[in-house]
Amino acid sequence: MTETVLDVRNLRVEFPTRRGTLTAVDDISLTIAKGEILGVVGESGAGKSMTGMAILGLLEPPGRIASGEIWLSGDRIDNLSETQMQAVRGRRIGAIFQDPLTSLNPLFRVGDQLVETIRLHTQLSKSAARQRAIELMREVGIPAVEERIDNYPHQFSGGMRQRIVIALALCAEPELIIADEPTTALDVSIQAQITALLKRLCRERGTAVMLVTHDMGVIAETADRVAVMYAGRLAELGAVEDVVRRPQHPYTTGLMGSIPSLRRDEAELQMIPGAMPRLGAIPEGCAFNPRCAFAGPKCRRDTPRIHGNGAACWLALEGATA
Amino acid sequence: MLAFLIKRTANAAFVMLAVALLAFTIFRFFGDPVEMMVNEQATQADRAELRERLGLNDGFVTQYTRFVTNAVQGDFGISYRNQQDVMVLIGDRFPATFELVLVATVISLVVGIPLGVITAVHRDSRLANALQLGSIVGVSLPSFVVGIMLILAFSVTLGWLPAFGRGETVDVGWWSTGLLTPSGRAALVLPAISLSTFQITLVMRLVRAEMLETLRTDYVKFARARGVPAARVQWVHALRNCLMPVITLTGMQIGNLIAFALVTETVFQWPGMGLLFIQAVTFVDIPVMAAYLMLVSFIFVALNTAVDVTYAWVDPRLRDDTAKAGGANG
Repeated sequence: MTETVLDVRNLRVEFPTRRGTLTAVDDISLTIAKGEILGVVGESGAGKSMTGMAILGLLEPPGRIASGEIWLSGDRIDNLSETQMQAVRGRRIGAIFQDPLTSLNPLFRVGDQLVETIRLHTQLSKSAARQRAIELMREVGIPAVEERIDNYPHQFSGGMRQRIVIALALCAEPELIIADEPTTALDVSIQAQITALLKRLCRERGTAVMLVTHDMGVIAETADRVAVMYAGRLAELGAVEDVVRRPQHPYTTGLMGSIPSLRRDEAELQMIPGAMPRLGAIPEGCAFNPRCAFAGPKCRRDTPRIHGNGAACWLALEGATA
Repeated sequence: MLAFLIKRTANAAFVMLAVALLAFTIFRFFGDPVEMMVNEQATQADRAELRERLGLNDGFVTQYTRFVTNAVQGDFGISYRNQQDVMVLIGDRFPATFELVLVATVISLVVGIPLGVITAVHRDSRLANALQLGSIVGVSLPSFVVGIMLILAFSVTLGWLPAFGRGETVDVGWWSTGLLTPSGRAALVLPAISLSTFQITLVMRLVRAEMLETLRTDYVKFARARGVPAARVQWVHALRNCLMPVITLTGMQIGNLIAFALVTETVFQWPGMGLLFIQAVTFVDIPVMAAYLMLVSFIFVALNTAVDVTYAWVDPRLRDDTAKAGGANG
């Protein structure tokens, strides 16, 4: 296939606490190819944002990468110094955060924030950087750019601000964009616009995208492949059509069942019984086994793992619960 | 912005009228001014005549109006003790206090803000902990103790700097400044440090607390995700968002410093308003006290207004006119 932009190998993120070490991301391996959009889906606390932050090198201490490797287009980036990482962030990896209302510094004009980012990563002069900022703002669909460029963030709506955040992520034409819940804080009508915009811009440029969300609908519309995370582990990985149509992991099946649909006329939405375990209380074996209708003895004993397409479920891996 | 300014100024004027009422009440009704002005041999007729001449028989409102009218023109009457115009007395002393307070404020900001940022960014490091501990000492030491220790160390033991007075001064118009002569500057060092000790720790602790909050915000994280170097994120993006409370504090504290510099002025025999006020209290020199009250209140009110205006300058969200969509030149 095409070249691999992001290659995460056996990533493990740990938080040392007073009551012992918590594993927030447990042995995750995934790759994203050039121009590909990988959706990462899961409940809050499943470790999906944490994976994104680990790739950006922005884990909040005391969180740290305990083991594993992160490769970006053939360069290992998980062991870089803070200074070296500064040259990667923004230039080779762009980021989009959840809440556009708080992502922009309220005291700086949006144009200045764009120009700052552009000049950090390129050799452009101030006026050339401003010209580039205007082009970027136009590209992400801000109307009347010449007037708006000197506005402050509070003078824009939420959707417009997220467009500016996308422009900021694209400043240096990065190879990879990590979009952490980019539409969660927006109105439903705006969500579709922003998702479509992100998809179009990345397709045009061949940018790889890691789209972190808990919204299966966004994934189904946007992503090429999807990684389902549960309790810090990878539950299922595969092409979107496969995972959506023929989920193999009981958890994924449950996730699909919990999406309301206009076509289906069920009286009630299906629900997965129970809740995702806290990080300190992950059961032995498969993390999903207490909530799983099909769990057998092996599920309570051994942890199923995947490092490529497939489902981390003994049922899928061995066809039966031994 | 203009509407905002007008609104603020009207507020300030109203507060000043209230303060004037208070000062006037003290001046007029605490003790009998006539008793304090005449000598013991004065007859009843002399007193009645003086009372009439001073307008003390007029109605309350008339007298208050006269007091305010005079005060606005800078006329607070004659000091009982010095038999000098009160405004001339204060005008002589004000530059000394103002220069002291100004230098102390600059010191507290220049030292306090970086210390606050450092203790927030490197929290739990040994340096930060030492600074935190030091700041507790700074907050708890009374300023006269600091002053006396400074005198002991730098004037008595080392002999580097003068222990009292203002040194030579130069007149620039009616303003007598000590900043332009070497001895004036040398004399300013110890009192300014002594006065700023408390301020430094206050500013430092405030900046630290605000920085800790700001460093957790999304836009700080996002700035780092954009590749902005850590130092720039901390000193430009985060710090600017912390400055609002610092401005408030500094504004309020300048008023405080002017009003309460009298301890430092007493320790260093600094010929400022504080010393004048202490003397006025000793001699029940009510016109001086009333004028001092008015002046200090005026400074407080003026600073408050200036702080509000500065807010609008630092934080674009508070400017009325930029709130309108498309207001491009904020």
